Amino acid sequence: MTLPSVRRRTFLAGSVATTLAVTLAGCASASGGSDDEDRFFIVGFAVPEAANDAIIDEFTQTPEGEGLSFSGSYGASGDQSRSVVNGAEADYVHFSLEGDVTRLVDAGLVADDWNAGPTQGIVSSSVAVLVVEEGNPLGITGWDDLTRDDVQVVTADPASSGAARWNILAAYGAQVAAGRSEAEAEAYMVDLFDHVTTWAGSGREATEAFENGLGNVLISYENEAILSRQQGRAYDYIVPDTTLLIENPGAILEDANPAAQDWLDFVLSQEGQTEFVRKGFRPVGDVDVDVEVEGANDPSDPFPVPADLLTIADDFGGWSATNEKWFDEGALYEQLRAR
Amino acid sequence: MSATSTARRERPPRQLRPADRLGPGSGLGLGLLVLWFSVLVLLPLAAVVVTATEGGWSTFVSVVSEPDTRSALVLTVGEALAVAAVNAVVGTVIAWVLVRDDFRGKRLLEVVIDVPFALPTIVAGLVLLSLYGPRSPIGVNVVGTRTGIFLALLFVTLPFVVRTVQPVLAELDAEVEEAAASLGADQWTILRRIILPSLVPAITAGTSLAFARAISEFGSLVLIAGNKAGETEVASLRILKYIEGDYYEKAAVVAFILLLVSALVIVALDVVARRVAVRG
Repeated sequence: MTLPSVRRRTFLAGSVATTLAVTLAGCASASGGSDDEDRFFIVGFAVPEAANDAIIDEFTQTPEGEGLSFSGSYGASGDQSRSVVNGAEADYVHFSLEGDVTRLVDAGLVADDWNAGPTQGIVSSSVAVLVVEEGNPLGITGWDDLTRDDVQVVTADPASSGAARWNILAAYGAQVAAGRSEAEAEAYMVDLFDHVTTWAGSGREATEAFENGLGNVLISYENEAILSRQQGRAYDYIVPDTTLLIENPGAILEDANPAAQDWLDFVLSQEGQTEFVRKGFRPVGDVDVDVEVEGANDPSDPFPVPADLLTIADDFGGWSATNEKWFDEGALYEQLRAR
Repeated sequence: MSATSTARRERPPRQLRPADRLGPGSGLGLGLLVLWFSVLVLLPLAAVVVTATEGGWSTFVSVVSEPDTRSALVLTVGEALAVAAVNAVVGTVIAWVLVRDDFRGKRLLEVVIDVPFALPTIVAGLVLLSLYGPRSPIGVNVVGTRTGIFLALLFVTLPFVVRTVQPVLAELDAEVEEAAASLGADQWTILRRIILPSLVPAITAGTSLAFARAISEFGSLVLIAGNKAGETEVASLRILKYIEGDYYEKAAVVAFILLLVSALVIVALDVVARRVAVRG
């Protein structure tokens, strides 16, 4: 008499559990699209968070941005890009490297002509710099100093942090720009790698390592150095005479909030770029920003123009050629690391 | 024989087929368990295995034949085994001291033991870097060495054995030891025949946990390891690099190997525990 009823209840419990599981799975797939008109999702790499937040404050005061509710997700550029491909909600993305946007183009999430605008898809820029201890006790002036016997270098590893590709290319480009042959430049890179004391997993960890006394030169970006100094960190940064222009792309997604184009226009406007400049980025496009930048070596003239400013497009033949030559499996970077 | 049949008569015979033994409460419990386990554990594990096998045998071979990956795996498994072994001994001793001895500051020590659990791993990494780095107040600089990795792993795995052995040790009846002593057993015999058999399941459980944690540790190591490929690069960083390069199958293969090794070690420790428990 009792046995069948127990069995039925066991069965019932099983069905409840199964229903729950199916419901859960349903919820997970339902959260993919962004239908809510008032919600605006920004997905970006870690550094521009402060600048983007300041731009959001101003954008929501304009007629285009009124009533929008912003939500930002910031982290490692590659991870963020992969999470968008895997279904994370995004209306606008801001990454460290072009490749992270290309990944979204390949997935059909961003239009092919995302980089057809006046700034070729770039929304913020900076230059590669050398961060040294306060007062620059070793007298570091440029890339050639990094292979000195008394120098130990800290950098993020491009294999684990895509943004570190800028560091490697800047060092190499400076050699070629100085008139050295490819073989000589490659030999310099091998020498430089020998002087790296810590290959950090990410730019953030590289900075932590440097601040804890590892190494005496940190390869970093001007905006990072300025932001850290704004936050009270005591170290100096050197802008080498020859260095690489760092260009961070931004793009809106195909099925983005209708306000996304207005947002992108605003980011590239005088007001938008001013906020980037305040946080240490160099302005992009045809804008005239004239503000003091706290934390810069010279706050009133924050962005000295290097004698020779290299770009990926002009000096390396664009990102797809660069990635193929340098960072694909078994390409130059791996070869030089193994040498 | 007759004793058994009396027992049978006292308790009316029941059918012991597993499905019938579940009351309504346990049925719901089992349902929840299966659901919980599936969503949280089985599905992700299955996803790793599926991704790992997607590239086929050739991907597997190419991953393990990469010298950097192989050395990362060897380093990680070796360090994890060593750390687990040290923990099995030291953790048990610490648990013993905490349960059997009374001293000033014991309460404080009890709390401090859990700190490695509570710290976010990257913070643990920073703490270790400032302690054992170039600005070390005690003059020890192990950054970028395997010793550094070993120390970091010891730090984060410390609580596992202590916390699993401690409650079991506290429940042990001291009278049994006294009885053994009064029957002429020396200290070594008491330890070997009375105490250890009761503790071994807890020790092996804690050691398994410590091993699994050590083999997968990432956050506390990235700052102190130096991450030189082929020298001080651990498997979890190798996985990160594969993911960053968009080689998901290769990342999954490394993860799969780690899973396999963990499973082997956990099963082996479980077998040890059972053997010892039966003998005791």
